[in-house]
Amino acid sequence: MDRGQALLAGKAVSKDFAVRVLDGVDLSLYPGEVHALIGENGAGKSTLMKILTGYQPPSSGEVLVEGKPAYFAGSADAEARGIVLIHQELNLAEDLSVAANIFLGREIRRGPFLDVRAMRDRAAALLAELETHVDPSQKVASLSVPERQMIEIAKALVRDARVIVMDEPTAVLTARESEVLFRQIARLKGQGVAILYTSHKLDEVKAIADVVTVLRDGRHVITAPTASLSVDEMARQMVGRDVSDLFPPKRALMNDEIVLDVRDFSVPGRVEHASFQLRRGEILGFAGLVGAGRTELMEGIAGLRTAHGEVTVEGRTVRIRSLEQASRLGLAYLTEDRKGHGLLLNQTMRPNLTLLDLARFSHILIDEKAEDAALDKAIHEFDIRAPNRDVRVGNLSGGNQQKLLLAKTMLVEPKIVIIDEPTRGIDIGTKQQIYTFIDRLAAAGKSIIVVSSEMAEVIGLCHRVVVMRLGRIMGELEGEAITEEAIVRYQMGLTEVAA
Amino acid sequence: MSSISHGAAPAARWRPNLSALGPLLALVLLILLGAMLNGNFLSYANIANVVARAATMGIIAIGATFVITAGGLDLSVGSMAAFIAGMMIIIMNAVVPWLGTGWTVVIVGMLSGLAIGSAAGALNGVLVTAGRIEPFIVTLGGLGVYRALITFLANGGTLNLNFQVADVFSPVYGGVIAGVPVPIIVFAVIAIIAEIVMRRTTFGRHCAAIGSNEQVARYSAIKVDRVRLLTYTLQGFLVGAGTLLYVPRFGSANSSTAVGWELEAIAAVIIGGTMLKGGFGRIWGTVVGVIILELIGNILNLQSLISPYLNQAFQGVIIIVAVLLQRSRRTA
Repeated sequence: MDRGQALLAGKAVSKDFAVRVLDGVDLSLYPGEVHALIGENGAGKSTLMKILTGYQPPSSGEVLVEGKPAYFAGSADAEARGIVLIHQELNLAEDLSVAANIFLGREIRRGPFLDVRAMRDRAAALLAELETHVDPSQKVASLSVPERQMIEIAKALVRDARVIVMDEPTAVLTARESEVLFRQIARLKGQGVAILYTSHKLDEVKAIADVVTVLRDGRHVITAPTASLSVDEMARQMVGRDVSDLFPPKRALMNDEIVLDVRDFSVPGRVEHASFQLRRGEILGFAGLVGAGRTELMEGIAGLRTAHGEVTVEGRTVRIRSLEQASRLGLAYLTEDRKGHGLLLNQTMRPNLTLLDLARFSHILIDEKAEDAALDKAIHEFDIRAPNRDVRVGNLSGGNQQKLLLAKTMLVEPKIVIIDEPTRGIDIGTKQQIYTFIDRLAAAGKSIIVVSSEMAEVIGLCHRVVVMRLGRIMGELEGEAITEEAIVRYQMGLTEVAA
Repeated sequence: MSSISHGAAPAARWRPNLSALGPLLALVLLILLGAMLNGNFLSYANIANVVARAATMGIIAIGATFVITAGGLDLSVGSMAAFIAGMMIIIMNAVVPWLGTGWTVVIVGMLSGLAIGSAAGALNGVLVTAGRIEPFIVTLGGLGVYRALITFLANGGTLNLNFQVADVFSPVYGGVIAGVPVPIIVFAVIAIIAEIVMRRTTFGRHCAAIGSNEQVARYSAIKVDRVRLLTYTLQGFLVGAGTLLYVPRFGSANSSTAVGWELEAIAAVIIGGTMLKGGFGRIWGTVVGVIILELIGNILNLQSLISPYLNQAFQGVIIIVAVLLQRSRRTA
C-alpha cells in the first residue's frame, strides 16, 4: 500500500495511566482517505485520537506530521498544523452565535475591532456548502445536535484542517442526518483532507471508510482496506470472538395481563394524545426520529415532566407527579443521557448505585456494609468492570457506566422499566450483554419499554414496536410485521403500511 | 481497560493523599511555627482560648459547608448573626420586667435566637428554591437587609444587654466544664454530629449529589428543592447557635458586629477542602479551616516581627493555596 507520504501518523504509540491503555500502536492517515478506527469501549480509540491531535502526549512512541516527528504542546499546537479533533461531546460555546463559534480564536478583525459582518458572511457561505440551514447570528444553544456537529465541521474548515479526527460523530444522529454527514465527509475527502473517524456502527464503517484499523485492549489488531473485511469479520476482530447472535431469541409472552395502560396522554408542546399498553414480560419498542417526542412521553409518564392523561398501573388509575411516586408504583425510568442525567461522574460507584433509593439502605445512618454488599451483587450480576472501587464513575468506559446505571435502576426492584437508548455509544460486546440483561428481566416477569433510535435494536429485541412522529403515535407493529420498511414508513408519516 | 480483572474488585487500598490531608498539614505547620515564635503559644490556656474564640465562626462555617456542598452559597450569615444578636438582646431586655433576670430570660433569648436564625435561613431557602433566584443574589440581598436592620434597631449606636442578665448569660461563653471551656464543648458536639450527618445520612449524601449534578439528583428521585431548603434553614439555625455563644461574650451588638463573617466562613470551608462549586464537602476540614484562620491571628499577635495588620493578607494567601491544592487533586 504505497500512498505516498502520510499526512499524520502515530508510530509505536503507547500510553500509560494507571494501566497501559495503548500499547505500541501504529496508524497512518493519508490525504483523501477515510480511515475508520474501531474497537470496543476501552480499547484505546479515544486515547489514540487524543494523542494524534495533541490533547495528550504519548508515554512512548511518536507522532509524525508529513514524516517528521512532531511534539504538540497542546491541541492548539496541533490545530495550527491543520489537525483538528471533533469531540463526541461537542465543544461549543452555547451562548455565542454560530458565526462567533466558527471563528472562535480565529476572529476576523478590522483594525482593533471584530469584523462581525465578514465573519457572518463567510459563516453563511460555509454553512451553505455544508447543507446546513441555520442563521449564523443564531445562538448555538438553540441548535439541534446534528446542526451543532456541522458547526464543528465548519469550525474545522475555517482552521484549514488537513486532518479531521471525529470521535463517534453519528452516535447521536439519525440515519438521515448521518447521510448528510457522510456526504460532507465524501466532499472533504475529495478535497484531499485525511479523515480518521470512530463509530460503533459497523455497517456505516463498511459504507464510508476506505481503510479500517481495529484496536483491542490497547493493541493494534489489524489495518486493512474496508473492502476486504465483512461487517461480521470486523466485529470478530474487535471482540476477539464470534458475535453472530447479537440478540437473544424472543420469548413468548406468559399471558396477556396488561400492567401499564396509557390513554390520551399529552406532554404540552411535545406529545399529543398518546395511547398504548404494555403487557407483563413484554419488551415494547418505541421507534422514531430524534425529536419525535419519545423521551418526553416517557419522562411525562415517569413524573419528570408536567403532563396529563390517564395512566393505569396494574389496574390502578394513578396520577404520577414525581419520580419518587413512580418508583413506589414500581415504575423506573432509565435516562438516555447517562452522563448528564444518570450518574454522578465525580463520585465512586457505591453512592451512584444506591442514590435512587437511599432510604432502603438507611435507618438513621446509611448502612455502608449493606451498600457494599449491593455493589458486590451489582458488579457480579451486571458484569461491571472497574479497576477498583475507588475509581470515579466518569473514568469508567461508556459500557460500564451503562451497566452501572442499569444496576442502579434495577435496585428499586421495578415491575415496569423504561430504558431510553439502552446502548447509545456502546461497543458491540457490551451491547450483546445489555440485550441479554434486558431479556433476562423480561423473562423474570418485568415489563420493559425500550426507546431506541437504532432500527436493528427495536427489530431484534422487541415483541411489539410503537412508532412516533412529531409527538404523535403513528402506529404499532407486532411480531413478523416489525420490519425496517414498516418502521420507516411510519416515521416518515405514511400511515398506510403497504401490505 | 478490559485487561483489568472484574467481578470481585479488590478492596480499596489506603494510600496517603497529600492534598486530602492538606489542611491538617497546614495546621501542623502553623502550630510548629507558633511554638517556635513564642513559648506560651502551646500553653493550654492559649490553645483553649483560640478554639473557644473560633467556636462561633466554626458553627456558622459548618452550616456553610452543607450549603456549599449542595451547590449553594450564603453571603448573608454575617449580617444575619448581627441581626440575631440584636434581636436576642432586645427580646431579653423586653421580657425582664415579667420574667426577672434569671435563667428563664436567657433561655427565652436563646430559643428566640435559634428561631429567628432558622426563619431567616428558611426565607433564603424559599427564595432560592421556590423563587428560582440565584443564591448569590438572594443572600447578597440578605446581607444588605440584615445589616441595615441591626443598624436601625440600634439606632446607629449599640444595643446593650441588661447587665444582670449578661452576668447570668456569661458562663455560656466563659464557663468551664471539666476543665474545657463551654464554647469548645458546644463546637465539638455540633461538629461531630454534622460530620456524621454529612457522611452517613441520606441528607448528607443528597447534598453532595445535588451539588455535583442537579439533573442526576432529580432523575434519582431526590427532592432537590426540599434538600436545598433544608440546607439554608440549617445554616440559619447554626448562625443562631453560633450567635448564642457570641452574645454572652460581649453582651452587646451594633452595626459593626460580625462584619465580613460570610467571607471568613466561606474561606474556612474552602481551606477545609470542600469544593466551592459543590458536590463534595467535609466537616472536619471546615473545623480545621476555622482553627487555621484563628491561629494566624493568634500567632501574629504573639510575635513582634510582623504587623498584626497583615492578618487578612495571610488568610488570603492560605485560601489561594488551598484552592491550588484542590485543583491538583482534580487533575491528578
